[in-house]
Parts: sequence; structure tokens; C-alpha cells
Amino acid sequence: MSHVLVIARGELRRIFLSPLAWAVLAVVQLILGFVFINLLIDYARNAELGDQFTGVADYMGGGLYGFAIIILLLVMPLMTMRLFSEERKSGSFTLLLSSPASLTEIVLGKFLGLTGFMLALLVLLAIMPLSLLPGTDLDLGRIAAGLLGLFLMMQAFGAAGLFVSSLTREPTIAAVAGFGLLLLVWLIQIVAYQDIPFAEVFGYLSLIGHFDNLRRGLFDTADVIYYVLFTSLFLWLTVQRLDLERS
Amino acid sequence: MEDQILIEARGLSRRYGPTVAVAGLDLTLRKGEILGMLGPNGAGKTTTMKMLAGCLAPTAGSVKINGVDLREEPSRAKQHLGYLPEQPPVYPELTVDEYLTYCAGLHSIVPRQRAVAVASAKKDCGLAEVGRRLIGNLSKGYQQRVGLAQAIIHRPPVVILDEPTVGLDPIQIREIRGLITELGKSHSVILSSHILPEIQAVCGRVMIIHRGRAVYNESIGQVRGAAITIELRRPPKADDLRSFKGVQKVAELGGGRFRLHCDDAADPREQLAELAARNNWGLLELRAESKTLEEIFVELTAGDEPRDVTAEAA
Repeated sequence: MSHVLVIARGELRRIFLSPLAWAVLAVVQLILGFVFINLLIDYARNAELGDQFTGVADYMGGGLYGFAIIILLLVMPLMTMRLFSEERKSGSFTLLLSSPASLTEIVLGKFLGLTGFMLALLVLLAIMPLSLLPGTDLDLGRIAAGLLGLFLMMQAFGAAGLFVSSLTREPTIAAVAGFGLLLLVWLIQIVAYQDIPFAEVFGYLSLIGHFDNLRRGLFDTADVIYYVLFTSLFLWLTVQRLDLERS
Repeated sequence: MEDQILIEARGLSRRYGPTVAVAGLDLTLRKGEILGMLGPNGAGKTTTMKMLAGCLAPTAGSVKINGVDLREEPSRAKQHLGYLPEQPPVYPELTVDEYLTYCAGLHSIVPRQRAVAVASAKKDCGLAEVGRRLIGNLSKGYQQRVGLAQAIIHRPPVVILDEPTVGLDPIQIREIRGLITELGKSHSVILSSHILPEIQAVCGRVMIIHRGRAVYNESIGQVRGAAITIELRRPPKADDLRSFKGVQKVAELGGGRFRLHCDDAADPREQLAELAARNNWGLLELRAESKTLEEIFVELTAGDEPRDVTAEAA
């Protein structure tokens, strides 16, 4: 277990030493800030939007987080691309392989380090709606559900990206393939609308459907379990992939 | 225990698809030994070392490090091991101190002792001055030292170094060699290279690998050819010389010179000198023809069949 923490801390440190992390944080914040201000102006102009069904938390938080997820879909593969591929390319992966840390510990450590970055993103995303607190009556439960949804979604994105990164030596390929994989799992939703057998199953497998519930403040254990399973599956696949590489 | 066995590899084999990189290699490393691994490019040195370090699973065979099986208890076995691959496994964006602290953590050194471990590894590798510099800004020689410091930070009984002097200038090579000799006093070292003088300079024992097999495994002191040249002023018949124990063949070279081919273990020089004096042969010269490591190397690895190009990758 101590190996996991050591690797996680090292990984987090290296993530924040790279300009990429800061650039990603800055761009995400800039775009979401822009969206947030727009939503705010919109809401202020049309006060009647806030009827008994849609509160300010719904409109601001839900709108913002719905948009945030698209940005995250674009940037998470950039954050995960170098996790394994770069180490393999530079030869530093042997350091981990020849250390007493097991493959599972290596994968979990890397993922935990990445989770640290996700939390930083999450804080930035939480601050925006919360800045309305002094002026409005915010439904904190809805904001929290939205943030939880975002966090679970990022975990799923991160695990899938980590797996793709373990497949290749080239970070750019890992980014493109990671993005492709996420988009595909996202778009499975489309199949759900077709008139084919098991259409509902596809709808259930899609990443986006489960997020929408949480974004609207609907906490369902099934959605949480979906993300946890999705994340675990890809972490497990990563371990398998690395094991395969060694033998 | 001076001859405690630290690495014991039995029947180590590795295939890459149809290519056999290492085929049934046995290796034993005792405490306090510096073992040099020699071989032409693509002979399987790096593959062997990767398997010993647990970075690559062998197709067949087993590795025991300090008595712990690498396959059954990899975590415990690797604690006794430090490994420096061909390319030092460093993170250019970290400083030397940060990197070594990270490595100390990876090798299960408890947080309180990490600073001490880092300081002592830096001292051993001559890195005390550069602790706060970014690894990426250091010269290749210093990066190599950082890699070496990483391999010994947890004071493992066994250190595996894969071509530690490749790409260094002559002065750096000397320094690294000095470092390795120093290491050899407190650790057991396996060192690979295809540079013969390097092996001769630092190693106590040599293993020559050719096409994935160990074809030679002797201590440096015993690098000796199995032939004796003798020159006599009043030579006897060649048959008289043949009667010595261990002598297989006598070749007359003319002018009273003979070359005696002997068994590996036999060394009849003493008896020869005694007999020459007793029989008044007039001994002018008596010497063991020592083969250099280079001759042995060339003899054992001279390609009789074209080398498999795909094996180069190994």
C-alpha cells in the first residue's frame, strides 16, 4: 500500500511539474468561466426561468456541468496520454518494474496521482457556482450531485485513458485513441434510439446517460456503481496489459 | 559467509516470438563478486539482465535472488536488487534529490530514513554537488550516476548494471569504473558490456554469452590458455615431453622450441623445469601461453553462421 502512495505522490508531482497540467487547468477554467458568465447573464435577464421546477442551482450548476463534461472529454485523454507511454518511451518504466512495487500497485498509484489532478479540476468547477452563495439560496445537494457525477465521469475517463496509454509508446497516439474510445462509449447512446434488439442495453452502457441523472440532482446507486465498475474494469485491463507485456 | 549465493538462475530461456534470445542460461553470483557479462551485440545480455531484474518474465527457467524466487515472491525478491538499465530510468523534470527520494520510497525505505539513504547514495556516486539540479540539465555522465545512485539507494546485496559506461567520455568511464569497483567491495555486481578492457579492469569473473548461451564462465585470474612454450638448448626427443601428466600433444617448432598442449587443469611447468635441470637440457624459456580475453572472446563468438538480425533487438 505504501508503494501506491509513493507512486501517487510522485505522479502528482510530475503532473504539476509539466506545463501541460497548468495549461489544461487554465484553458478549462477560461472556457468554463466564459460559459458560467453567459449562463449568469442569461439567468439574470430571464428571471422567470427560475420557476418552481428549475432553481438557480439547477440552471447554473446543471448547465455548467453539462458543458464541463464535454470539455473534460476533450482534455482528459491529454492528461492520461503520457502516464505509461512516456515512461515506456523514455525507459523510466524499468524503474517501476524493477522496484518491489507490484503491477497492481503501479497502476493504482498512477491512477491515484491522476485523481489528485481531477480533484484540483473539481475544486475549480465547484468554486464557480458556489460563488453565488452569498447572493442566492443555492441547492447545495444538487451542486454536490453534479460534482459527484463529474468526479465519477473523470474517474471513468481517467481509467480508460490509462489503459490506452499502456498500449502504446507514443503519447499522441494514446491521446487520440483515448479520445476515440471515450467518444465511442459516449455515442453508444445513439444505438439506444435505434429500433433494434437490446437497444436499451446499449443505452445503459453509454457513459453519458448515467451522468445526466446526477447532473439533474438524481442520485441513484446504480449510476454510481456503473462508474465504479467502468473504472475498475479499465484499471484491471491495464494491469493485465502490463503483465502481458512483461511475459 | 563469503560464498553465499545471491543470484541463482537455472535454465533461463526467453523467446521473442520465433526468435530465441536466451536459451537455457545458468548463472550464479556469489557475495562480493563482480561478474562481467560479455557478448557480441544481440547475444542476449540485456534480455538476461532484464529477466534477472524481474522486468521480463522468462519463458522457462527460474531466478532466485538471495534465496527468494523471483516468480513466486517478486516483491520480496526485488528488495534485494538494484538495477540500472542501459538507459538510465530517470525523470528529467525532477531534481536529483526529488528523484532519489522517490526511488527510496519505491524501494520501501521508511520516510524517516529516506533523507539519509539519499545522502549516502549521492555521496557514493559523487552527486553531492548536484542534488538540487534538474536531472534533465545534467550531462549524460551525471545522469548515468543518478541511475547508479537509484540502483544502490536501498543498499541491495545485488546490483545489476547494463552497459553502464556506454556513451560516456573516457574520463567519465574511468570514474564510473572506479565507482563500480568501489561498489564491488560492499555489493555483488553483475555488469554487462561488449568492451573487453572494461570487463578486465573491474570484474573478478567473466561470462561470455553467445547466441543466448553461456559459452565461457571463468574468473579473470584463470584466463589462461592451455599451452606451454618451452625452449631448450639441448632438446630431448619430443616423446620425452609427451610423457608428462596432463600433456596431450607436443608440437615441435624447431630450434629447440616446443609447444605443449595440456589439459585445462594441468600445469606441468614446475616438473618441466625440474626435469630440464636434472637432465641438463639447458632451459632457455618456459612460459604459459596466456590467451587474452580478446582471443577467447573472438574464438568463442566468431560467427560460423549468419547472425539472426531480429535477435539484435534483444
